[in-house]
Amino acid sequence: MATLNLRGIKKRFGDTQVLHGIDLDVADGEMIVIVGASGCGKSTLLRIVSGLESATEGQILIGGRDVTALEPAERDIAMVFQNYALYPHMSVFQNMAYGLKIRGLPKAEIESRVAEAAKLLDIGHLLDRKPRQLSGGQRQRVAMGRAIVREPHLFLFDEPLSNLDAKLRVTMRAEIRRLQRRLAVTSLFVTHDQVEAMTLGDRLVVMHQGRAAQVASPMEVWSKPADTYVAGFIGSPSMNFLPATMEQDGVVLLDSGERLTLVTPIPGSTGRAVTLGIRPEHLSPAEAGLALRVELLEPLGSETVVHGRMPDGTALTAKLPGMVPEGTDLLLRPDSAWLHVFDRETGRRISA
Amino acid sequence: MRARNIWPHVWLVLGVLIFSFPIYITLIGSTHDASTIGRGDVPLLPGPHALENYAQAWGSGGGRYMGTPAVQMLANSLAMALLIAAGKIVISLLSAFAVVFFRFPGRMICFWAIFITLMLPVEVRIIPTFEVMVNLSLVNTMAGLVIPLIASATATLLFRQFFMTIPPEFVEAAKIDGAGPMRFFKDVVLPLSITNIAALFVILFIYGWNQYLWPLLIINDRGLETIIVGLTKMIGGGDSQNEWNVIMATAVMALLPPVGVVLLMQRWFIKGLVETEK
Repeated sequence: MATLNLRGIKKRFGDTQVLHGIDLDVADGEMIVIVGASGCGKSTLLRIVSGLESATEGQILIGGRDVTALEPAERDIAMVFQNYALYPHMSVFQNMAYGLKIRGLPKAEIESRVAEAAKLLDIGHLLDRKPRQLSGGQRQRVAMGRAIVREPHLFLFDEPLSNLDAKLRVTMRAEIRRLQRRLAVTSLFVTHDQVEAMTLGDRLVVMHQGRAAQVASPMEVWSKPADTYVAGFIGSPSMNFLPATMEQDGVVLLDSGERLTLVTPIPGSTGRAVTLGIRPEHLSPAEAGLALRVELLEPLGSETVVHGRMPDGTALTAKLPGMVPEGTDLLLRPDSAWLHVFDRETGRRISA
Repeated sequence: MRARNIWPHVWLVLGVLIFSFPIYITLIGSTHDASTIGRGDVPLLPGPHALENYAQAWGSGGGRYMGTPAVQMLANSLAMALLIAAGKIVISLLSAFAVVFFRFPGRMICFWAIFITLMLPVEVRIIPTFEVMVNLSLVNTMAGLVIPLIASATATLLFRQFFMTIPPEFVEAAKIDGAGPMRFFKDVVLPLSITNIAALFVILFIYGWNQYLWPLLIINDRGLETIIVGLTKMIGGGDSQNEWNVIMATAVMALLPPVGVVLLMQRWFIKGLVETEK
């Protein structure tokens, strides 16, 4: 049980700056999901916290203790690897007990800890098996068990679900969340999957090119993305971005000619060049609105994703309830409560 | 279908017969007395003198010089082959471990230096090696016999290739588990390479057992004679009659330890083939 504080973590590999100064404060028992596209530095950040990689600059505190210079084993952490990294020649029991054995714990305590973790994960009947005799989901559980028996201050997950098939991934996702709540161990979870990120995290860290683009709760990231990158990354299908100008503090003039009124005006923004963001699910058919020439329909059953173009050629995607008849053009009205205004130059959010 | 399947078997059996015929002749020859073979007969059926031939070879030796008894030569050869095989495996395991899992200055230079020695067989460097052994006064010692042959670039290279297939996550998991480098070596690397070690042991044991040139040079002491060299020395230059019966008995005994090692290690080969642990 501990807090985690990162202070200005920077990492350089030769001439390549991978992390540009990450600050993060994680509360005791909190589950933080670090999400981003590949190459954004999320795995590097996790490895720096684990001690497998050293930071070029910055400080790491676990439970208030400065661990920046410590070896991984001295940091009181446990890590679940993407490919589980179970030692193939050891049984499940030996795999789970290995770390404790090295620490020199008495045999009886090792056995009771492993038995307890095995019961928690429902793998008690597998303790004598070798990893190769296990299914993917079982290996995943053993990898978790190996982390749990150590009773660490901090759990680190490095994309642990990406080797599982889609159905199992959903089950294990829920299981990890339940387990983490129950054990109340502070956790960092790295993933590139936004659904995983949204469902698992108490808070998300959306990483982009070595910077934390936004640190907030999943709903806040979704409803108030800090910039156009976060807005486009979180949510499926992606948010539509339309070039526009602020005609008045509360009225947006799209480059295609339409005018939209904001619920809350942005003071002093008149004349500013902006990007207007509209999520596909916030567009609905109406008598008047944005004209859409439909190019492609993706029926998903309960809803249909419509890809099309506006008269000036800008691509627009909408997610509409029910079926949409093919070959018709649509008039769509954006929900004015869900308009996102970003600065055209910097991409930063300027609406409230 | 049946009839066609017979031909491969016929060829195989024929091959086995041709291959094993000399061994059969040796085996049969070791059961006759010296005069039978001396007459130029090549008997194809066992004779009555097996026991006395083997007893003479085992206990007192034979040939022109009435050489060393086979029991002593076998012991010498066994010691040499085991030391060479074990030494080669230990040294190459450790050097491959260093080259693969550690980043130290000159790592690649070390690797290439080891690699280049592959191109230098014993025969090429035999004179300088002999000189060094003489200066260290290791002539006529077991150490002098074994040490020049104890490092193996081939084995180092094989272990290096194998270690590179060990996923880096194992190293990281071990670091988080708190295992130091040697602990990781003992608990993870060694158990994973056990089948490779067994396979190499067989090859290196036979390599050591069959050494001829180097033992011939470095050993003059009859008490340290190895069986392969001793066997050749038993055959004379043609000026006197060879005791072929004793020679053949010695040859059969020289065959047995390598065969034993292969049979003993076969279990591990099969295990290595069946289990693909990784």
